[in-house]
Amino acid sequence: MANESGILILGEVDDSGKLASSTRALCGLAHGLAASLGAEVSAALLGSGVRNAAEELAACGPARVFLAEDEKLSVYNPGIHLPLIKSLCKSEGPRVVLVAHSTMGQDLAPRLSYEIGGGVVTDCVGISVDGSALKCSKPIYGGNVIAGYSATVAPLVITVRSGVGDAPAPGAHPAGIVEALGAEVPSAASAQVTERIKETGEEIGLEEAPAVVSGGRGIGGPEGFSELSKLAGVLGGAVGASRPPVDSGWVPSTSQVGITGKIISPELCVAVAISGSSQHLSGMADSRTVVAINNDPDAYIFKVSDYGVVGDWRSVLPAFTEKLAGLLKGGEQQ
Amino acid sequence: MSEPLQIVVCVKQVPDPESPPSSFTLDSSEMRVTCSGVPPVLSPFDENALELAIALKELHGAEVTIVSAGRGLSKAVLLKALAVGADKMLVVDDEVLTRDKVDSRQTALVLASAIRDNVEKYDLVLTGIQAADTNAGQVGHLLGCMLGIPVLSLVRKAELSDGAIRVERVLPDGYEVMEAGLPVLLTVSHEVGELRYPSLVAIKGAKGLPQTTVSLADLGVDLGSEKSVDLVSLELPDRERRCQMVEADEPELAGAALAAKLVEDKKLTGFVH
Repeated sequence: MANESGILILGEVDDSGKLASSTRALCGLAHGLAASLGAEVSAALLGSGVRNAAEELAACGPARVFLAEDEKLSVYNPGIHLPLIKSLCKSEGPRVVLVAHSTMGQDLAPRLSYEIGGGVVTDCVGISVDGSALKCSKPIYGGNVIAGYSATVAPLVITVRSGVGDAPAPGAHPAGIVEALGAEVPSAASAQVTERIKETGEEIGLEEAPAVVSGGRGIGGPEGFSELSKLAGVLGGAVGASRPPVDSGWVPSTSQVGITGKIISPELCVAVAISGSSQHLSGMADSRTVVAINNDPDAYIFKVSDYGVVGDWRSVLPAFTEKLAGLLKGGEQQ
Repeated sequence: MSEPLQIVVCVKQVPDPESPPSSFTLDSSEMRVTCSGVPPVLSPFDENALELAIALKELHGAEVTIVSAGRGLSKAVLLKALAVGADKMLVVDDEVLTRDKVDSRQTALVLASAIRDNVEKYDLVLTGIQAADTNAGQVGHLLGCMLGIPVLSLVRKAELSDGAIRVERVLPDGYEVMEAGLPVLLTVSHEVGELRYPSLVAIKGAKGLPQTTVSLADLGVDLGSEKSVDLVSLELPDRERRCQMVEADEPELAGAALAAKLVEDKKLTGFVH
């Protein structure tokens, strides 16, 4: 039953046990590729109590969804998960394996490529088909360059950046069938996950926030970030930072946006007192609308922004926040 | 006291990633990124890995070996790395290892061979989570697979006790704790802390520490058939936007005008309460 032109999606569930939105996006991406390659799309979901999520996944259109359910699969552990996925790849022989560039995807993809003798491209922002060849685009040099890679071996394991690919509309593809992934769950691994600790106090994570208000070195200290929080509160968004405020300990490292932090693509990104280092830009360049407030008219951030105000943020930002709060509450835009 | 802990840290030299975007230009015929005038530095996450190694050495006592592979590596950068408290250095220098010309699998194979041939025993192998040039995040995993040791990735903290290791791994909303026996490979994130600066005295002293340079021929490595992905195109991203500057007589008025402008241009339709 080898499916040598096939595309295999490695699915994930979110904290509430529902199918992850990143997995839906992979389904959309896979269907687009499948049409060009004449390939069949299948998917795998490993976990504990994820039967409903597997049905959700099947509804997104993969012809077959291989489900492995076991208590030992409740938390990702490469020593447990990898042998199962390797076994599936051996029996199905996909040409392409797609996984989100998530904590799991980042860890799993290189190992899997090694185990199945394939290639791997991580953090892809685009996949195109030219004839029968696949080309994966990904940012390199901190996003200063976009590289295209093609595989010289098969299968190719690809991790896909968040925000790439659109979830298929309900009913866009005939629902597939869920079947058991017929491999034995390993009884032990060389490393154990002993605890999982949630740390963020904020209700909205940076990566999910519809708006992100980020501060840079020019904020000058931890106090200034409370002014950024006010704007984030008005927008129902989150507060981020470039690297200097994190290095200086003004904000926790979970707030960092950039190549060494989080990659965000919100509707609105407000960059306050951020000069625009390439390392930070790589983390926010895909934002829908970028607004910059900076007292240096030559700051690079203005070149990559849609709207800008030159001025001291201490004066500009409170007035911006107050006016915006009034406008949004007043519902002046319809 | 038994034998000291043996720690291997793999470090890569990259063009300084903090350089302005305009310093990164393309040589498409050679399929290379040229970074003229950009000084080489240790890749930032590799610096974090080295910092973790030195911190563990301070706590437990250890011998720290730095391993680096590349072509035309800066001696000053290598020496500075050695001077923060490492004990010896192993460099693989070969024309084949030109930047942008080898893939992650080939790099891992070179490092694995160098470590196997030259490091008698290792308890911990450390890499950064990804290099600042390729941004691939693969070499650590592949190296661990090739050495046949467990890999714990995205590590922000590591504690050793009785031949075992306990690490905290970065998750989007917190962290998880993983435990494993030694030897183990860790890919290290920036939360472990910035690399300390070596003193001038230490840099001078580092010149006297054992340094070995080998070629691929010395290692008996042929990378010919090991490539798994080809770099086929390079482009500069089109990040620039047309910025509408909002101006007013007072900064407060400019702030208010900015809000009005965003609403007028219907950029905030999703945010109305």
